[in-house]
Amino acid sequence: MDIFVVGLNHKTSPVEIREKLAIQPEEIETYFPNLLGAKVRELAALSTCNRVEFYFWGEEDGVDEIVSFVCELKGVSSDELKKYLYVYKGEEAVVHVFRVASSLDSMVLGEPQIVGQFKDAFELSQKANLTGPFINQLMSKALSTSKKVRTRTGIGESAVSVSYAAVELAEKIFGELNKCVCALIGAGEMAELAARHLKDAGIKKLLVVNRTFERAVELAKELGAYPMSFDEFDDALLESDIVITSTASQSFILDKPKMEKIMKKRKHRPIFLIDIAVPRDIDPQVDEVENVYLYNIDDLEAVVEENRRRREKEAVKAEAIVREEAKKFVSWLKTQEVVPLIVALRERAEAIRQAELKKTLSKLNLSDKELKAIEAMSSSIVNKLLHPVLSYVKKNSVSGDTKRIAPIIKEMFSLEDKDEDKDRNQRK
Amino acid sequence: MWNKVDDILFLVAIGFYLVATVLYMLYIFVPSDNVKKGATTTLLTAFVIHGISFAARGVMAGHFPVTSLFESLSFYSWLLAGGYLLLELKYNLPVLGAFVSPLNLVMALCAFFVRQPAAPLPPALKSGWLTIHAVTSFIGEAAFALSFVVSVVYLLQERQIKKKKMGMLFRRLPPLNKLDDINYKILTVGFPFLTLGIITGAVWANYAWGSYWSWDPKETWSLITWLVYAGILHGRLTAGWRGRRAAIFSIIGFGCVLFTFLGVNLLLPGLHSYSRM
Repeated sequence: MDIFVVGLNHKTSPVEIREKLAIQPEEIETYFPNLLGAKVRELAALSTCNRVEFYFWGEEDGVDEIVSFVCELKGVSSDELKKYLYVYKGEEAVVHVFRVASSLDSMVLGEPQIVGQFKDAFELSQKANLTGPFINQLMSKALSTSKKVRTRTGIGESAVSVSYAAVELAEKIFGELNKCVCALIGAGEMAELAARHLKDAGIKKLLVVNRTFERAVELAKELGAYPMSFDEFDDALLESDIVITSTASQSFILDKPKMEKIMKKRKHRPIFLIDIAVPRDIDPQVDEVENVYLYNIDDLEAVVEENRRRREKEAVKAEAIVREEAKKFVSWLKTQEVVPLIVALRERAEAIRQAELKKTLSKLNLSDKELKAIEAMSSSIVNKLLHPVLSYVKKNSVSGDTKRIAPIIKEMFSLEDKDEDKDRNQRK
Repeated sequence: MWNKVDDILFLVAIGFYLVATVLYMLYIFVPSDNVKKGATTTLLTAFVIHGISFAARGVMAGHFPVTSLFESLSFYSWLLAGGYLLLELKYNLPVLGAFVSPLNLVMALCAFFVRQPAAPLPPALKSGWLTIHAVTSFIGEAAFALSFVVSVVYLLQERQIKKKKMGMLFRRLPPLNKLDDINYKILTVGFPFLTLGIITGAVWANYAWGSYWSWDPKETWSLITWLVYAGILHGRLTAGWRGRRAAIFSIIGFGCVLFTFLGVNLLLPGLHSYSRM
C-alpha cells in the first residue's frame, strides 16, 4: 500500500489530449466512486487546463485500473494514453503533489490559480466520498506546503506579464489606485488588457481617446470608460495619472516641450506613461521631465524578464521546502502503517487483563480502594510489558521495516490478521 | 551610585536601539510579521528606558536637562525614536524604520561619547521658558529628521523607477505618492513647532538678556532653517513642488537643522555656547 500519482500535464501532452481527458465535476461524483476497491482505496482527481492527474492510496495495479477506467470514460485507447502518462510512487509521488500545489509544476512558475484549483479538486473528491484518511492528509499537507512556499519565498511576488507589470509599477508610484485616473490613447490588444487590469485594480476612472470618436465610444462601452476625441488629448493628459498609448501614429504624439508645459499645468503631479505602441508614440526624452515616469514596451518586457528570473531563483528555495515537507509526510505515512498492529496489540493485552481481573476479583471480596489498587497494578504491568515492544515497532516503522516485523509480532502474540479489513470497514 | 543611574539606563537604551536597528534592517530582507513586531517592541522598549533615564537625569539636576551637547543629543534621539513610533502607528511602514533607526542610533552613540555629569544650571538659563523653548524646537527638529529620512527613501525609490531597475528595494519600499504625502504631513507638524520654538526663544531672550533677537549664530541659522522650510511649504502649496524637488529641499533643510544644532555649537561662538562640549 502506498501513495501513487498517475497523470499527464502540459509538458508531457498536447492540448488536444488534455482537452479530451478533462474531467467534469459531475463525472467525478457519478462515475469515480465505482473505481474504489482493493487496488484503489482512496482517490483524488485534479483536472485543469494544464493537467489531469489522479492521486491515490492503494496498490500498484491501481494505476492500470485507473487508466482503463479513464480510457473507457473518455473513449481513448489506452496505448495512446500511455504515451503521455507519468506514474510516481511513494516519496516521489508526494513530492509531485506538493510541487503541483505549490505552483512549481505550473506552466507559468508561481502562478496563483493552481492553489484554488487544487483546493476545489480536493473538496470535490471529498464530497464524492473518494478520499480517506491518507489522501485527506496528503491533500491538506500539500495545501499547507503551498502556503509555506508562498510566504517564505518570493515565488509569486512580482508580475510576469507586461500588463500586470504595468499595474505593479503604477502601484509603486501612486500607492492605492482608487484615486487614479487612467487614459487609454488608441487601441490594441495589450493596451486594452493593461487598461482592464488597472480597472480591476480599482482605478477611479478610465478615459478612452481615439482618432475616430465612434471607435472611442465603442471601446469605452466595452471597457466601462469615458470616450474622448483626439482633440481632447491634452485634457486627458491633464486629468490622468496613468496614460497608456497605443496608436498607429508614425511620429511621436507627445514630446518633451509639450510634456513640460502639461506638467506645469498639472502642478507637477506625477504621471506614469506607458508607451506600448510600435513605432513609439512618446519621445523617450519625455522621461527626463521631473515627476514623469515613462515606460515603453521594451522597458516593461525587461521588468518582466527580470521578475521571471527572480521567480526561478526563488523556486530553488521552494523546492527545498517541498522536499522537506514531503519527507515529513512520508515518515508520517510509515508510522501510520503500524497503527493497526499497535491497536491489535493493545486490544489483545487489554482483553487478557480484563478477563484475568474478572476471574480473580469474583473470588475475592475487596473494598473499593483495594479494587482500584489491583486495577492500577494490572494495567501498569501490562503497560510496562508492552512498552518496549511498542517502541520497537514504532522505531522500526520509521525506517520502513514494518513488513518484516509485523508478521513476527503477530505470531508472537497470536494476533489475528484482520487489520486490513477492519481498516476498510471503519471508513465505510 | 545613584548619580550613575541615568548613564546606565542610557547605555541599556542604546543596546535596545542597536537591536531594533538590526531587526528593522532584517525586515527588509525577511519581511515577516514576527520580525516587524520584534523590531517595534524593541524600539518601544528602548524609547521607554531612554525616557526614564532622561527623567532621572532631570530629577537629579533639578531642571529640564537640555543644557549640554550630551543632553541635547540624547533628548533629540529620544524624540526621533518617539516620532518614528508615532509614524509607524499611523502609516504602518516598518521599512522606514530601517532608515530612521540607524540615524537614531548614531545620535544616541554620539551623545554617549560626549556624556558629562549633570551640572547646575547657569543663572541666565533658570526659567520655565527653557523647557518650552527646548521642547518645541526639538520637536520641530525631530520632525525634520523624519522628513529627511522619508525624503531619502523617496529619492531611492524614485531612482529605481526612473532607472527602470527593479531591485529588491523596489519591492520593499513604499509607493512614491505615499512617501511624498507623509513627508508633507511631517513638515506641517514640524514647521509650527519650529516657529513656536523660535518665538519662545525670542521671548525668553528678551526676558533673560533684554533683547528679542541679537543675531547670535544660532538665532541666525534657526532663521535660515525656518526660511528653507517655509519655502518648501510655500512652493508646495503654490507652485506644486512635490516629489523629487520637495524631497531634495527637505534634505537641504535638514542640513540646515544639523548645522544649527551641531555646527553652530561646535564652530561658532555665541550666546548659545553653553551647549558646547
